[in-house]
Amino acid sequence: MNRRKLMASLAVIPAIGLATPVFAQEEPLKVGFIYVGPVGDGGWTYQHDLGRQAIEEEFGDRVETTFIESVPEGADAERALSQLALAGNELIFATSFGFMDPVINVAAKFPDVKFEHATGYKRAENVATYDARFYEGRAVMGTIAGRMTESNKIGYIGSFPIPEVIQGINSSFIHARKVNPDVEMKVVWAYSWFDPAKEADAASALIAEGVDVILQHTDSTAPLAKAQEAGAIGFGQASDMSNFAPSPRVSSIIDNWAPYYIERVGQVLDGTWESKGTWAGIAGGEVEIGEITEAVPAEVKEEALALKDSIASGEYHPFTGPLNRQDGSEWLAEGQVATDEELSGMNFFVEGITAKIPE
Amino acid sequence: MIDPLSVFLLLLSASTPIVFAALGELVTERAGVLNLGVEGMMIVGALAGFAAAHATGSPFIGFVVAALAGAAVSMTFAMLTQFLLANQVASGLALTLFGLGLAALFGKPLEGIKAPAMVPGPLRINWIVWLGIAMVPLIWWFLNRSRAGLILRGVGENHDAAHALGYPVRIVRITAIGFGGAMAGVGGAFLSIAIVLQWTEGMTAGAGWIALAIVVFSNWTALGVLAGAWLFGGVTVLQLRLQAAGVAVPVQFLSMAPYLATIIVLVLISAQQKYSRRSGRAAPGSLGQNFYALR
Repeated sequence: MNRRKLMASLAVIPAIGLATPVFAQEEPLKVGFIYVGPVGDGGWTYQHDLGRQAIEEEFGDRVETTFIESVPEGADAERALSQLALAGNELIFATSFGFMDPVINVAAKFPDVKFEHATGYKRAENVATYDARFYEGRAVMGTIAGRMTESNKIGYIGSFPIPEVIQGINSSFIHARKVNPDVEMKVVWAYSWFDPAKEADAASALIAEGVDVILQHTDSTAPLAKAQEAGAIGFGQASDMSNFAPSPRVSSIIDNWAPYYIERVGQVLDGTWESKGTWAGIAGGEVEIGEITEAVPAEVKEEALALKDSIASGEYHPFTGPLNRQDGSEWLAEGQVATDEELSGMNFFVEGITAKIPE
Repeated sequence: MIDPLSVFLLLLSASTPIVFAALGELVTERAGVLNLGVEGMMIVGALAGFAAAHATGSPFIGFVVAALAGAAVSMTFAMLTQFLLANQVASGLALTLFGLGLAALFGKPLEGIKAPAMVPGPLRINWIVWLGIAMVPLIWWFLNRSRAGLILRGVGENHDAAHALGYPVRIVRITAIGFGGAMAGVGGAFLSIAIVLQWTEGMTAGAGWIALAIVVFSNWTALGVLAGAWLFGGVTVLQLRLQAAGVAVPVQFLSMAPYLATIIVLVLISAQQKYSRRSGRAAPGSLGQNFYALR
């Protein structure tokens, strides 16, 4: 459907060029998206597509959206982005970290097109970045994980060793340890955002190591299916994944991109859009905590929700000292809070995690 | 310490989709047809098998339906290449794209649904895994010891000669393509019904391409396919286990290990072939060439 739409919009370009604008009919604003996975992944890409649908609902005929799904990170992304820019999209959302350099390259070639890049840190005159503080949600998941594990081993399926993922691993671990000093964390890198078979194998490997709570930073529901088979528990990632509730999915981190997307499209429509970096979290509504199910004891649920509330109110920051780096050197002193710069470049594990970050 | 038996059991199931798909492709290629649509046939099998298993509650019926569905989509390829004499490489790629799109389209309502539970076979291993292993000697026997297998190989080695001897080249090839489709379908269904336990769009994630590479790796022998699939699956599983166990080996090395191992063996095989050429062990002579009877 998306490809066909794209073809149709490509075919329309010459027609627009030739037609003299006798009728002052306003052309709809064209908004394009590239996704790293299929919209049916039930996780990360699915949530971005919900955001796209929210734009259509909000603005109706004033916007026209297109998307290209399953775009590999790397050179192919440049082709997809150029394609969208050539098709007349004035605002393009690139929704994965690995699209960062392609976005910067293509944006330089199309100075009139505005680009929005998710989870990256490179900006330009016409490139804005946006991200969500997933680590806030991870703190809540870590608390539940630390309380729920019986083997005192929790597992984490990482995608790529980039700051966003490392923040999540650290945040989960810090908060699991806080409620359960005996907890250990095993980390497996899948080197993919979306590969259900590999994610399932990674979950099996963790379970074979004695892990009974699995956290994931990959996009499919395969690890949850594996957890269920083995009697372990896990969490919804990016999307609610409520099909697996009440167990193995005991809670979830939900990315809600709709408010940001609507805001930015609105700004393009009224001409106030400018390049900036946005990083909202639980307080801004971009990170939501999915329902904590009855598989979790009431007091643990209460504790988790209390943590969530204190993060939302700004009273507590998940990275508050005293915290040491993995090698034992001091990172944050008592009461000191990590800065956004430190977090967005985070490339180390905190003390207590035995796994090494691939370098 | 990592228990070798548990790694082996994980490897058995992780490599099964590739074992099926590669064995099917082996037979197809031995008949002289290069079908690059394995990925497409696998994903159609994954979807059809999952849908049938979900609808009937019986994983067994799911696998049967997956085989039928895989064979059915492979017939579009057979039609293009055997009757319309279209280029096999292009048609195969088209079949992959077609299969991925078709499955994505019809798979929408099945997203998020869980697969019915399977009754495990011996050693708490899925019956389909054992079936995949059993297919290896069966296919070896068929190719090397049966008359039908000899004809199939003859068609693959030199279709003009086979035609001159009166063998129905086209029918043999269509049958082989159908068999390859059915096997790829079962492999795909194993992924959705037994490994991932649900349907997800794009879930084959390149397994079909690995199966194609393993056929080359195997030097077109059934035992080689099993060895290749186990090597690839084994290293994949092992690297994940090593990571989970926190063994201090650089993760990048572990991640590339399956591919690296495959490349090394390919180099060894081609070196060995260069120095000791043995008949009937390299690529089939008519592989990838279309056949039409001049008279």
